[in-house]
Amino acid sequence: MFGIDDPAIYLAYLFSIVCLAGCAVYGIVNWNKGHEPDEKEFGEELKWEKEEESLNEEL
Amino acid sequence: MNAFVLGLVVIIYLLAVTYLGFKGYRETRTASDYLLAGRQTHPFVMALSYGATFISTSAIVGFGGMAAVYGMGLIWLTFLNIFIGIFLAFVFFGRRTRRMGYHLGAHSFPEFLGRRFNSNKIQMISGAIIFISMPLYAAVVLIGGARFMESIFGMDFGMALTFFTLVIAAYVIAGGMKGVMYTDAFQGGIMFFGLFFLLYMTYSKLGGFSSAHQALTDMVSMVPEKLKAMGHQGWTAYPVFNSTWWWVLTTNIILGVGIGVLAQPQLVVRFMTVKSDRELNRAVFIGALFIFVATGFIYTVGALSNVYFLRETGKLAQEAAGGNVDSIIPAFISAALPEWFVYLFMLTLLSAAMSTLSSQFHVMGTSLGRDFLEKILPKGKYSTMLITRFAIVVSIIIAMIIGYKLPGSIIARGTAIFFGVCAAAFLPAYIAAIYWKRANAKAVLYSIVTGMVVSVFWLAFMHKAESAPMGICQALFGKPTLAETFPWAIIDPIVVAFPISALVLVVGSLLKPEEPHESVKF
Repeated sequence: MFGIDDPAIYLAYLFSIVCLAGCAVYGIVNWNKGHEPDEKEFGEELKWEKEEESLNEEL
Repeated sequence: MNAFVLGLVVIIYLLAVTYLGFKGYRETRTASDYLLAGRQTHPFVMALSYGATFISTSAIVGFGGMAAVYGMGLIWLTFLNIFIGIFLAFVFFGRRTRRMGYHLGAHSFPEFLGRRFNSNKIQMISGAIIFISMPLYAAVVLIGGARFMESIFGMDFGMALTFFTLVIAAYVIAGGMKGVMYTDAFQGGIMFFGLFFLLYMTYSKLGGFSSAHQALTDMVSMVPEKLKAMGHQGWTAYPVFNSTWWWVLTTNIILGVGIGVLAQPQLVVRFMTVKSDRELNRAVFIGALFIFVATGFIYTVGALSNVYFLRETGKLAQEAAGGNVDSIIPAFISAALPEWFVYLFMLTLLSAAMSTLSSQFHVMGTSLGRDFLEKILPKGKYSTMLITRFAIVVSIIIAMIIGYKLPGSIIARGTAIFFGVCAAAFLPAYIAAIYWKRANAKAVLYSIVTGMVVSVFWLAFMHKAESAPMGICQALFGKPTLAETFPWAIIDPIVVAFPISALVLVVGSLLKPEEPHESVKF
């Protein structure tokens, strides 16, 4: 195939391309998924910032 | 090359890097900014930074040269790099790492493991392993970059090493993770276009896609006797099953480098730099495309360089490049491609070295600063940023000393040593951290230590590629390796150390399962 006779080589190319295509499909299908606001994360972010501020004030 | 054009290109490049480093510095206010880029990184920047860190100059020049000698079998590494290094890593490791890391308040890979298992010991020992083994890996890349500058600009090696280190040190120390990721993304972009054009021009030079491959396939009768005896069957064929080269290719390169990537601290930490799973989902394709071009294209060009050299000089690539595998790709580029491309490729290699090094410096610094020094220094006396900046300076100095002092034969194995130790020590622990609720902290600690000890033993006494230059086995037992029967001396440490380390973790955890700390959310 395309000048390469050993299946162990052209399969490596084929698998790489299929895998790349799979990643493209995965990325497109899930483009907007996984961004639901998580209240807990907001809470933790505030906690982090407070800790950081108090540490800076101490210093 | 035209000295004026060369100087101009490098100055523009350095100005862009300086600007991005300064942008990182200006946007860095908190420890979270400095260590994790404020967890707000754009998916495009994250994916390119991940890819550019992943692919160093040795992956381009070293592995490209290996493809010229051994052929297209290396494309399996491209497949594994995309499938394991991107797809599995982002989807099955990245998302959980990000979420769990967030809830645990982890700022580094050792801190992630330590907080997940509620153990300061795990954090400190993991930090120490990284800090001890990584400078050798960094020295490999550092020397590669300095040698490259020495040959291109005609600089003295010592001066090139110092200059190169100072430039990178400046933006890593000042800009922290933001500086590192912005510059990585810029450098990743240069690498992408450089390698894209390289493949395109190679095919057009050799008469097109299929005819270039066919010409390479037809060269099967020219395989040198020495390589034929090792199992070489031509540049478009996989080696003979169970031959020496089959074992080397299958275990060392494909398993060692392909799987070893999952537990690389400098890559894992990037999962924690994005805001949500959405960013990781979007980064999957960008990362996969980058790795496909950065590895697949250079391995193909490496193998095809034989066709060019045979036509032009009547010699195989390795012979035409003076016998040195690392010289094949540079020799092919300067002989076969137009001058403007030589400038672009020079920037490609410089970018590959700088993007990997900046991340190495940053991770070494956080391992020493955040994971080690902060644990032993009085709490609240010094800020995380100050400690980490100090630790980065120490790490850079150590990497430079190693670069100057250690013999070249050991340095050349630095990447393999680091990958081997990291995969065996951290991979079982990392998988358990994100997938096994009842893993026991003590078992995890023993698994990390066992993985490190077994892989170091294998590297120093069994795997000849490292044990011979290290010389410890020779000094103690009077021979370069203790492995006397085929194929043990060529089997990669990961094949032995990873299963043992995993076994320790599984048996230890089954004997005394442990409920995770309440802050751990799966």
